[in-house]
Amino acid sequence: MTTKLIATTAVASTLLLAGCGGEESAGISPQKFTDALHLVMDSDRAVYTKKVVGRLTKQEKVIKASEHFMDDKALPLPAQMFRFGSERVATKTNEFSYSLQSLWPINSQNAPVTEMEKKGLQFIMDNPGQNFYGEEELGGVTYFTAVYPDVAVAPVCASCHNEHKDSPRTDFKVGDVMGGVVIRVPI
Amino acid sequence: MAVKKLAWSSWIAMTIAAAAYLGYVMFASADKSFLLIGDATHGHYQIELACSTCHGDGFGGQEVIQNACTNCHAEELEMANDSHPAAKFTDPRNANRLEKLDARYCVTCHVEHQLERTGEMGVTLPGDFCYECHQDIGEKRETHKGMGFETCASAGCHNYHDNKALYEDFLVKHAGGEWLKPEGRLPLLSGQAKLDALAALAPAQVDGDENLLSEAAQLAANLSGVAPTIAPPAPVFPESLQVEGQLIADWHGSAHGEGQVNCEGCHQGTEAPWIEKPSIEQCASCHNEQATSFTEGRHGMRLSKKLGQELTPMQPAMARQPMHPEAGHLELTCNSCHAPHKFDIKQAAVESCLGCHADEHSLAYQGSPHHDAFLSEQQGLTGAGSGVTCASCHMPRTEFGDQVIVNHNQNDNLRPNEKMLRSVCLDCHSLSFSIDALADPQLIKTNFNGQPSAHIESIDMAVGRLEK
Repeated sequence: MTTKLIATTAVASTLLLAGCGGEESAGISPQKFTDALHLVMDSDRAVYTKKVVGRLTKQEKVIKASEHFMDDKALPLPAQMFRFGSERVATKTNEFSYSLQSLWPINSQNAPVTEMEKKGLQFIMDNPGQNFYGEEELGGVTYFTAVYPDVAVAPVCASCHNEHKDSPRTDFKVGDVMGGVVIRVPI
Repeated sequence: MAVKKLAWSSWIAMTIAAAAYLGYVMFASADKSFLLIGDATHGHYQIELACSTCHGDGFGGQEVIQNACTNCHAEELEMANDSHPAAKFTDPRNANRLEKLDARYCVTCHVEHQLERTGEMGVTLPGDFCYECHQDIGEKRETHKGMGFETCASAGCHNYHDNKALYEDFLVKHAGGEWLKPEGRLPLLSGQAKLDALAALAPAQVDGDENLLSEAAQLAANLSGVAPTIAPPAPVFPESLQVEGQLIADWHGSAHGEGQVNCEGCHQGTEAPWIEKPSIEQCASCHNEQATSFTEGRHGMRLSKKLGQELTPMQPAMARQPMHPEAGHLELTCNSCHAPHKFDIKQAAVESCLGCHADEHSLAYQGSPHHDAFLSEQQGLTGAGSGVTCASCHMPRTEFGDQVIVNHNQNDNLRPNEKMLRSVCLDCHSLSFSIDALADPQLIKTNFNGQPSAHIESIDMAVGRLEK
């Protein structure tokens, strides 16, 4: 899954680069780069959520999905799958990084930390359908920071968060923006 | 003038001599103890003179050291489902946290050669490192109000790396239950099952070896009508050797004899026609997981291939823990605990350990409830797997693929000791009792002779929060 994600990302980046044609010196803009990355992440997670987790747990009922998937011999939750990918990318490159955050996180470590994250997550809540782009300096490095709305694509997204004992919010429904994907590129 | 000249010449001569000596120690001599900047921790002193294993050529930077750490420890962190992998901290959003605690590098918390300020688990930081990122818990979580910053990781509640037996849902799942499970048993080893299966085979099913049954045994079987069992094979060894009868009897009675592993199985290598004293490599050719895990613990780490250099085996005399002085000269190889030819795993599970270890916990084993359980099992009063030896706890029976084999890294579940909960304690005890017992240093000293003196409230908190 993760390998596929990286591979697809590479292909997407190459296509975009090829598309730039005559503007080789300018290269690809950070926004195009993060947009492409997000498209891949978002698509892969939606596929995993619907065609793997949703199908096997709800329709065919052959296996459960669990936060403790190792102990429960179950499928990792889509959000965990996403995080594992992000951690794996972190061990391989510092050209970009990404995380899943929310104003109502189950794990308080996933609440926005930087000013830009706070601003971005509020922006995507207030402006449905729009992404947020900004620049910030962290640890002496300037980053292009993009925040994309993360929508509940399936009923399980909402129900799982609503029922979790650590969730600060319990009235999510399908289609709601539950949080945001934050992608950073050093510039 | 002459005095000045003499002073200069001797200064230059001494400088050259010192540089030559240091150069010799650094690049040529095998003994580099002169270069030690301080004693290594309890986990590394065994290999503290294998400098290049961690430092490379001595001129590498932080990355070289970090690679050395992960070269030996990455796999176990992965197995532990590490709660704080470096990958969580490389995200730029953690930049301000990394200024306080650079969690990308092992040496931030585990500085080597600083024994005087090294605490448990080789940690060299003051006990408030959790506070840097998690200070809000003390205010936000009702059950944690008023708890000191030093209690997070010191009371059997949380670990920095391994929380596999301490996470909230696990505590809830294993809440309750009697402190001693009436039918508690350790898992049985796959090796024994294999021998039993082999012994149950009819002779015809054992391929290509017509000598498995002696003629006398065959005749007796035919007469009695009782299905014959497989007789021990005849030993095959070079004619030039004098082999004692006792040695052959030992081998016949061993799993090797029962399993039809003949002399050449251990004594013949791919290169040498006859190996007088088979080494760990010979053992590893069949017992790979056991041999590998042995070299990952303190007993065998001096023989680890990951060192990239050859050291002599560990000896009790080198150890920092109390050992019986008369055992000091022994060498730790496979044969130290598994007497050659006999390979008695019961001996290896108690006697071999107590032959060297002389600390309070070890000395208190005989006469402890665990030892009583072992004696009952040996006398056939209780079922297989009901006895508790040194090895039961310190060399847990572990699932490797579809097999249950002994993990020979006897330190694996001691760092920290809550790792023992899943691998051992829960087979026979409730989680609540086990957490309390492992958090009681006095009870550990008496080898669990009695009940825990204090109660750790983690399970109660987890259950209470769920009920709300």
